Amino acid sequence: MAEDKATTGASGNGSGALDDKGKALLSLLEEEFKGLPLEIGTALELVSVQVPGEHLVEFCRKLKEDPRFDFKALLCLSVVDYKEYFQVVYHLLSLKHEHKIAVRVNTPYDDPKVPSVTSVWAGADWYEREEADLFGVVFEGHPDARPLILWEGFEGYPLRKSYPFNDYQEW
Amino acid sequence: MAESEPRLQTTEINVNMGPQHPATHGVFRMVLAIDGERVVDVTPHIGYLHRGSEKLAEGLQYHQITPLFDRMAYPAAMNNELVYCMAVEKLMGLEVPERAQYIRVLMCELNRIASHFLFLSSIGLDTGALTPGLYAFRGRERLMAFFEAAAGARLLPNYFVVGGVREDLHDGWKEQLSGVLSLVEFDTDEVDKLLTYNEVFVTRTRNVALIDGRTAIEYGALGPVLRASGVPYDVRKAEPYMVYDRLDFDIPRGENGDCWDRYYVRLFEVRQSLRIVRQAMERIPEGPVQGLRRPTGIRPPKGEAYARSENPTGEIGVYLVSDGSSNPYRVKVRPPSFCNLMALKHLLREAYVADIGVILGTLDIVLGEVDR
Amino acid sequence: MAQVNPGGNGKGNIASPSLIERFMPRVVMTRVEEALALARKSSIWPLTFGLACCAIEMMHAYMAHHDLDRFGVVTIASPGPRTSDLMIVAGTVTKKIAPAVRRLYDQMPEPKWVIAMGSCACTGGPYYRSYSVVMGVDHILPVDVYVPGCPPRPEALMQGIIKLQEKIMEDARSRGRG
Repeated sequence: MAEDKATTGASGNGSGALDDKGKALLSLLEEEFKGLPLEIGTALELVSVQVPGEHLVEFCRKLKEDPRFDFKALLCLSVVDYKEYFQVVYHLLSLKHEHKIAVRVNTPYDDPKVPSVTSVWAGADWYEREEADLFGVVFEGHPDARPLILWEGFEGYPLRKSYPFNDYQEW
Repeated sequence: MAESEPRLQTTEINVNMGPQHPATHGVFRMVLAIDGERVVDVTPHIGYLHRGSEKLAEGLQYHQITPLFDRMAYPAAMNNELVYCMAVEKLMGLEVPERAQYIRVLMCELNRIASHFLFLSSIGLDTGALTPGLYAFRGRERLMAFFEAAAGARLLPNYFVVGGVREDLHDGWKEQLSGVLSLVEFDTDEVDKLLTYNEVFVTRTRNVALIDGRTAIEYGALGPVLRASGVPYDVRKAEPYMVYDRLDFDIPRGENGDCWDRYYVRLFEVRQSLRIVRQAMERIPEGPVQGLRRPTGIRPPKGEAYARSENPTGEIGVYLVSDGSSNPYRVKVRPPSFCNLMALKHLLREAYVADIGVILGTLDIVLGEVDR
Repeated sequence: MAQVNPGGNGKGNIASPSLIERFMPRVVMTRVEEALALARKSSIWPLTFGLACCAIEMMHAYMAHHDLDRFGVVTIASPGPRTSDLMIVAGTVTKKIAPAVRRLYDQMPEPKWVIAMGSCACTGGPYYRSYSVVMGVDHILPVDVYVPGCPPRPEALMQGIIKLQEKIMEDARSRGRG
């Protein structure tokens, strides 16, 4: 899992599992975003796009407002710790066209900074606060970057792989 | 009455509706800025039930994680197990036998009825009606007796496994379930008669806390909140999973997006779930109930999967990343109540203090899910 | 078996009627502590405080099927800590809410009791490896009755409350001497 390739998926199960809507979306993406340095691939049955951090907000805004894509709903925003880098994954859904897409951004482990997408979807607000709490990823431009889920005075970032489990011994 | 009477000086006060409060449906804290009786601003604080399920899941094997998912949206436990099992099965490319799919749909719909009964009880309590709660909990007791007989436990049964269900339904389940369904239908009708067109209830919930479809989608509040705002979107129809494409049911559609619509959408869904359960009871085929020879010791191939399903509280999603070992690499849950709560600020923008309990009740949040 | 009470009614270990029993047959004589304990155990008002999944089973115990009202346990009557005797800690206690739980306990007036309901409140439960869970509420409060289970049945909670009632009577009889 050390390469940051957009196509992830079981060997033999990865590409080629797209249905017609997915294939149409894939070709539309390839045609529309020729200028940006994207890597477009698949992850099981989802179209997956790898975006560099500086183009993220512009890409997401285009995905949301262009009526051919119409990705109005942010389904899920997750951060995965791959030990050398963090990957922020955005799952988007379009209710009108009924297609989904997974957008990924990689950020280095030592100084994880990703631009915030709260200006595009208001529903990204709490997701970003929570992942900042749990992983220590800084979302630049977030209007209210207070801890959400952990309490004041908590030290460390619990969901990183380097954080140990609390193997509590009663006696 | 002098014309130039000095105006009263008013200030906003900050009131804490603390983690322990009878109206907050769990450990949820809100700091409200209030001007007289009107709410000006609200700052929700969550995390009081954060148990670290996502971190724990990285240290457990795949079949040991299902109980953690049970305890997220605890009134509707089996729906969460379903979405997790669907994510693992998607990653493994596993086909679930048909009898198991019907059993899963049956249990999920019964759990949906149970969760909505809890909602009906608490919305009654929020508006001051104690009787609907008694009928609703009686209905829940009967459903839980069926769960105990079929799945082994009343509330958190850990019944679904990857590839099917843990064991087949018990002998005589059809008779027991028909009895349960007729009584549950009676209880639904009783609650309906008591609440739906009750003048006090309607006055307290009509045109209170409106939200339109576009704002709901913006916050990600899919599920009954979106359906009450006029957008008839349901994952069971949009992206059918299990055997929902073979079953016949309707999707409710609200008009205004106020509290009454959110209540009525859920009452409608209870009746539709009864319809689904009756159809599933007739059409369930014989056959095996497990797709894997051994549901323990699972090692999915390297990759990731995103599965989504319709929880009673909204749309739940699981993003699962696997690195080929017997423990998952990352399990991320997209909780429906989390997104519904993000819309709270929008909902409370012109509310009275007395409406806060009702508005929070119609969002139907389950704190186990919000905090995981 | 030798007869224990030659003058009694011959049924088991019942002592022979005393003089007061014979001459004033309807008067009850007891110590003040026992009378107070009888009053306290018959009307335990719990604090409406459910944390997680065990709260659902607690609600089931309050409602019509497994009615707890017949034991005197009325929950609607005490929504706040100042008017309650019992705190049923139902659910997982996380480190974030632990100060609030302690503060609620401190706000309750004496005499007060605590029931730890569910395995999360007893010992941390299924979250024993978590970074944010207090492994049992007895780290922050003195617990009187532990009700294990995940979640415990409403009947188990009822047994816990009956045990608490017995404990209250026993504490009064022995004047707290164990």
